[in-house]
Amino acid sequence: MTEAVTRRAAMLGAAATSGALLFAGGNARAQAKPTELRVGITTFLSGPASVFGVPARQAAELLFEEINKAGGIGGIPVRAFFVDEAPGTDHLVGEYRRLVQNEGCQIILASISSGSCLACTPLSDEMKKTTLLWDCGTQRIFEEGPHPWAFRTQGYGTPEVLAPLLYLLKHKPDFRTLAVINQDYAWGRDSWELWKAGMDAMKPGVRVVAEMFPRFGATDYSTEVTRLLAARPDVILSTSWGGDLTTLIRQSTERRLFERSLFVMPIAEASLPTLGRTMPAGHIIGARGDHWNNHPAPKDPARLKRLVDSYRAKYNEYPIYPVHHMAQAISAMQAAYAKALAAKGAGGWPNDLELANAFRGLTFDTPTSSITLREDGQGLEDQIVGLSSFNDKYPFAVPKDMILFPAAMVSAPVGQKSTDWLKTLKPDFVAQVPAPMAG
Amino acid sequence: MTPSDDRGAERRAGPKRPALARETLLAIIGALALVLCAWAIPWLKFVLTIALAKGIAVLGILLLLRAGQVSFGHSMFLAVGAYTVAFVAPGTPEVLLLLPLAALLAAALGLVIGLFVVRYRDIFFGMLNLALSMVIYSLLEKMYAVTHGTDGIRVAGLTFAGQRLEREVQEWAMFGIALTLAVGFGLLVRAYLGSPMGRALAGIKTRETRLEFMGLSARLVLLFAYVLSALMGGVGGALVAMTSRHVTPQLAYWTSSGELVFIAILGGAGSALGPFLGATAFELVRVYAAAAVADAWQMILGGVLLVVILFAPGGVWGILSSKLKGRGA
Repeated sequence: MTEAVTRRAAMLGAAATSGALLFAGGNARAQAKPTELRVGITTFLSGPASVFGVPARQAAELLFEEINKAGGIGGIPVRAFFVDEAPGTDHLVGEYRRLVQNEGCQIILASISSGSCLACTPLSDEMKKTTLLWDCGTQRIFEEGPHPWAFRTQGYGTPEVLAPLLYLLKHKPDFRTLAVINQDYAWGRDSWELWKAGMDAMKPGVRVVAEMFPRFGATDYSTEVTRLLAARPDVILSTSWGGDLTTLIRQSTERRLFERSLFVMPIAEASLPTLGRTMPAGHIIGARGDHWNNHPAPKDPARLKRLVDSYRAKYNEYPIYPVHHMAQAISAMQAAYAKALAAKGAGGWPNDLELANAFRGLTFDTPTSSITLREDGQGLEDQIVGLSSFNDKYPFAVPKDMILFPAAMVSAPVGQKSTDWLKTLKPDFVAQVPAPMAG
Repeated sequence: MTPSDDRGAERRAGPKRPALARETLLAIIGALALVLCAWAIPWLKFVLTIALAKGIAVLGILLLLRAGQVSFGHSMFLAVGAYTVAFVAPGTPEVLLLLPLAALLAAALGLVIGLFVVRYRDIFFGMLNLALSMVIYSLLEKMYAVTHGTDGIRVAGLTFAGQRLEREVQEWAMFGIALTLAVGFGLLVRAYLGSPMGRALAGIKTRETRLEFMGLSARLVLLFAYVLSALMGGVGGALVAMTSRHVTPQLAYWTSSGELVFIAILGGAGSALGPFLGATAFELVRVYAAAAVADAWQMILGGVLLVVILFAPGGVWGILSSKLKGRGA
């Protein structure tokens, strides 16, 4: 009995395969509509960066479920293939190939780590597969050469560092000394280079009293805190994130460092729910975008509320920025497919080139705003920076006196290197900073 | 122990002709299976090329294992090979020049480091290697202006004998080069292990003083093996860089060295085939485990190693050779 079933199944399988092969051969020119839309997603599922990777994966699962309930994209269901970034680049580039060549993914959402993005983007050129860089921030990607198949659906390092810098120059224009404490790896170094270039251009003469790069994943900052207490800088910059930032903030509050210096933390948002009431008030915090839970004037308040509520209902935690970045990439994907399908007409399905063309210059909506992909592939995402504060609505710190920085204002123009562009800024650039938002 | 006893032991330990023939047959079957795999499943070509490259590096570890020494820092030679390719490729993108250059530089570093690490044995040997590899890792990570830190360097487009190839052809070319080198180094190691210099390595493991009494310098014997293993590490690293086309300091991190030792154990130290069996098994288990359960693949990999250590201490090679022997008898 079982044997018969197996044999029949095998026969069916063989027939289906040969049928599919014939079908594929016959329809080589007109792209056949697939039975499902396969999306490869690389994210951190293990290691320290999984504090970002796992929420993003949860967001993708949540949103794909929603999309499929509503009938999928272009009438076919979407299916995610997740890949762990943690084992390193040589593993990841192999996995990228697997996603494209074996799983038949039609689009790849690549990478939290900048290193992963730098490895995957040239691969997208070689394999001619549309790749959305859904979270990584390195400015090198589009500044070191064109990548026609890659699109970044969120902001990047330059606006994410420049916006908090401008906020600082507006909020506390008279600071004279500054210290930096960043994680010792590419982002920590890059963000400091960007900050320094911008600061020296717009406010020359600030004395840097300490440049500290404790190792990535450090658990003890007592030496650094002692040095910062002794150096008494007016401002302390830290672009650290995740467990590192949480530990740094906890150990600094215990020793009252926050009472002596003003902290600027461009990526604080993701650590705030963990810190709860431990986070001191009155310090400058950023979110790598404009997607704060208490955004005073989101473009689509109902959509923002639905995303936050459904994410909280399912995973019992507040969404953090990687959730929004994933949602942005998925929104962009939906918008691009809608555009490409409309261009194809009824019954058609875009091929790889048509799909990539649909992304160029695309404008798509996010719950809080809308993002346009520039001609070089870079997305223009607005930045909101504010001062940490507490209210009755959230059990953790949220920003107040928020300033919305339009993306075009704080991003390096197409074709210019970020550090070169930042060096050309003038002190009067600060005058262009908009007034804080109401609410 | 009487002299006659000694000679008997040596004769028993030496490889017999049928065993060698079996090994050759297995190697040919293995190579054919790899080619078939790479042809049938295109994306596996990449994974198998990486496996062969790592196999070559592990072959170097095998030499040291013969002397009873475990290097927990061997991936530094891998990194040297890989970064050589990354740095030189923009100027000279020729694969046939880059490979020997990477091998040469790795061997030179191996000679410098080898000169003092071969004075140590066992845990001290392993830990010194580990420490030095972490120094290399830190240099690659911290010299940000030169190496781009953890972001790593993209390897420029390569040429093969002056030709710039299409992606598909290039993948095959890399696979072919890796397979050829793997076979070449396999034969070299087999010949070396059969030679007096190679046999002396086992002497270091059993009793070093005896070796010295015979008039052989144990340090020199080990240094020779160390430099050879560094050279193979460099070749492996160059192949990894040329295949994945992106190098990061992660290559020199201690977990990468651990991975190489893991592969050596998984494959078994009994034969020059062991490293390649181990590397292929390792990469395939990792890739398929990662594909099946993206967030628990480490557990599967660890489980496999535990099973191998507990039930098959001879590794994959041990299992295969005992199966074959059983059939032969």
